[in-house]
Amino acid sequence: MKMDLQLKDLFEGFRDPRVIRSLKSQIEQKAQKLDKKLYVMEVCGGHTHSIMKYGLGQILPENIEFVHGPGCPVCVMPKERIDQAIDLARMEDTILVTLGDMIRVPGSKYSLAQVRAQGADVRALYTPLDALKIAKENPEKNVVFFAIGFETTTPMSAALMEQLTQSGVQNLFLHINHVLVPPPIEAIMDSGDAKVNAFIAPSHVSVITGAKIYKPLSKRYGTPIVVAGFEPVDILESISMLADMALQNSDDTAIQYSRFVSDEGNLKAQKMIEKYMQTREHFRWRGLGDIPQSALKLRPEYARYDAEVRFAEHLSDTPVDDHKQCICGDILKARAKPFDCKVFGKACTPGTPLGSCMVSSEGACNAYFRFGNLTTEGQR
Amino acid sequence: MTRQVQLAHGGGGEEMEGLIRSLFFKYFNNDILLQAEDAATLHTGGKLAFSTDSFTVSPIFFNGGDIGKIAVAGSVNDVAMMGAKPLYMSCGFIIEEGLAYEKLERIVASMAEELEKSGCSVVCGDTKVVPKGGCDEIFINTAVIGELGDSALSASKIREDDLIIVSRDIGRHGACIMAQREGIEIETDLQSDCATLSNVTEALLEKDLDIKAFRDATRGGLAAVLNEWAQQSDICIELEERDIPVCDEVQGICEILGFEPTDFANEGTFVIAVDAADAQECLQTLQNFTECPDAAIIGKATTKHPRKVILQNAWGSGRFLEQPKGELLPRIC
Repeated sequence: MKMDLQLKDLFEGFRDPRVIRSLKSQIEQKAQKLDKKLYVMEVCGGHTHSIMKYGLGQILPENIEFVHGPGCPVCVMPKERIDQAIDLARMEDTILVTLGDMIRVPGSKYSLAQVRAQGADVRALYTPLDALKIAKENPEKNVVFFAIGFETTTPMSAALMEQLTQSGVQNLFLHINHVLVPPPIEAIMDSGDAKVNAFIAPSHVSVITGAKIYKPLSKRYGTPIVVAGFEPVDILESISMLADMALQNSDDTAIQYSRFVSDEGNLKAQKMIEKYMQTREHFRWRGLGDIPQSALKLRPEYARYDAEVRFAEHLSDTPVDDHKQCICGDILKARAKPFDCKVFGKACTPGTPLGSCMVSSEGACNAYFRFGNLTTEGQR
Repeated sequence: MTRQVQLAHGGGGEEMEGLIRSLFFKYFNNDILLQAEDAATLHTGGKLAFSTDSFTVSPIFFNGGDIGKIAVAGSVNDVAMMGAKPLYMSCGFIIEEGLAYEKLERIVASMAEELEKSGCSVVCGDTKVVPKGGCDEIFINTAVIGELGDSALSASKIREDDLIIVSRDIGRHGACIMAQREGIEIETDLQSDCATLSNVTEALLEKDLDIKAFRDATRGGLAAVLNEWAQQSDICIELEERDIPVCDEVQGICEILGFEPTDFANEGTFVIAVDAADAQECLQTLQNFTECPDAAIIGKATTKHPRKVILQNAWGSGRFLEQPKGELLPRIC
């Protein structure tokens, strides 16, 4: 008997058309009993991407609607932080390294891709630990790792710190932009006019943090929350669970993505983050504005490795706002859809994003632009 | 010590003469080239197809091919996609000082082997050697002239109800190169699809089928070709996602790195638009060629959303398949 586990075995079942169709009819039956419309915010950009890619909005009944949340780490980075990355990349004898998408996101004047074309040494990493390798290979240069991401990628930066502090390497510095999931959810709900009354919580973030971080939120706002996986079957099963919970007026947090997520999460990763990082008093989110205690920075005892401290004289910190016409704030609060925006697809496109939601493939406007108004036909 | 290409090999003197005779004449050997005049003189009759392309692939040797094979197959295929018979090729090398002679010879030998498949000949060429750092090992430009005959294929001739066929599973070349890139290094046996396709296109044209267009799905992948067709013919192309052939390795690399197989480059895969009545025969003809495993009908031209490509999934929803944009960078989480 063949026992090899193949990669496709891990996802094929979660994209099985028969399962998807049967979940669809299950959701339809439950939706008939709902006495109010369910506005389900998928917090994470990875979910937004899946929902659009698999056309899931199109197969939901009329009284269940997706609202696209703030969980795209590239999208929420304010322009002044990108400007700092550019300032760092332009320093003499410096290599700036960062993750994927960040390279093409425009700051107030340029993107990292543009300053790279002007001669700066900017490199995309596949794993943050490669930053240490680059620093060792280039002892005469300063290497700066521009670290971004929610709780998913934070442990990798902490692991880099762990290796860095033990390595004796002197020329690697971190510019930390790690952000947290719960604070923007609170900011959206506390604004008072958000329509959201149910949440799909992130998959990979929750592997690290555990589902425990959402429990205070579901209680406080009286909304059900389900931690969901990224595949279409995961998302639809989570919608089905949310419909059940709404019918019971539940204010609990449940886990659909139980093959990876526990209540407690990855304790070792949490401990390592705790060792090297602490919360910032404030962080300005693109599209949402200033949110207290919503991001991380290196602890003062590691200031030696902190690019914000070490290169402070090179870094500007003037807030740079998005275009006045941009309605990303309203989109994140479910008060508007990308198509309601006057500049969507005209002045604002993935090549020339004016607002946060158009910036990365995980942003709501970007996903609408790419995957199209087919979704509008099915989604009201 | 290993023999290396030096600046003198591009200097126009004795060393260059030696390189031309011992390497290029030896492998590209044909009467027109051996005349060694300033320009090749050619005999052709009737309408011609003419195309050029430059090749800079890194790494220069990859699973399933090398920069030489791709430089020959790429330009030959461009002409073949117009329905022409590729005849003559020009070939310009830009070589970085210090490239191992053994590598250059492997590349040239591979070009000669690939040329045999189409019968196309290198009739003129050029060699430049640039100082270290002036290019990355070797860049090659090729241009091909082909005889067009009566063929009048065009991307603007696709009409409602025409069917769309892809010649094999998609995304191999792009996935193979991505996996071998520094910083990713995924271990895989995946081979590039790099191949000359002129024999296949000639066999299809001999059948007298109502073929509207061929196009090789190189950079930009299947997504780029179909979007170009939809725009040039002012029609909608609707695809059934489950019918698009993708091998497990390519799908796996896409799953790990967050890419779409439809965005990945191919170097030996082409798309055909054909009248529905001839689609089965077209498919059967493709199936006779080893270059075309898994050929499949993947969709059809409709009027639903003119100038757009739609991917329909198996549970009744769909989405636009957009042109790939920007650098192919992995998503971060």
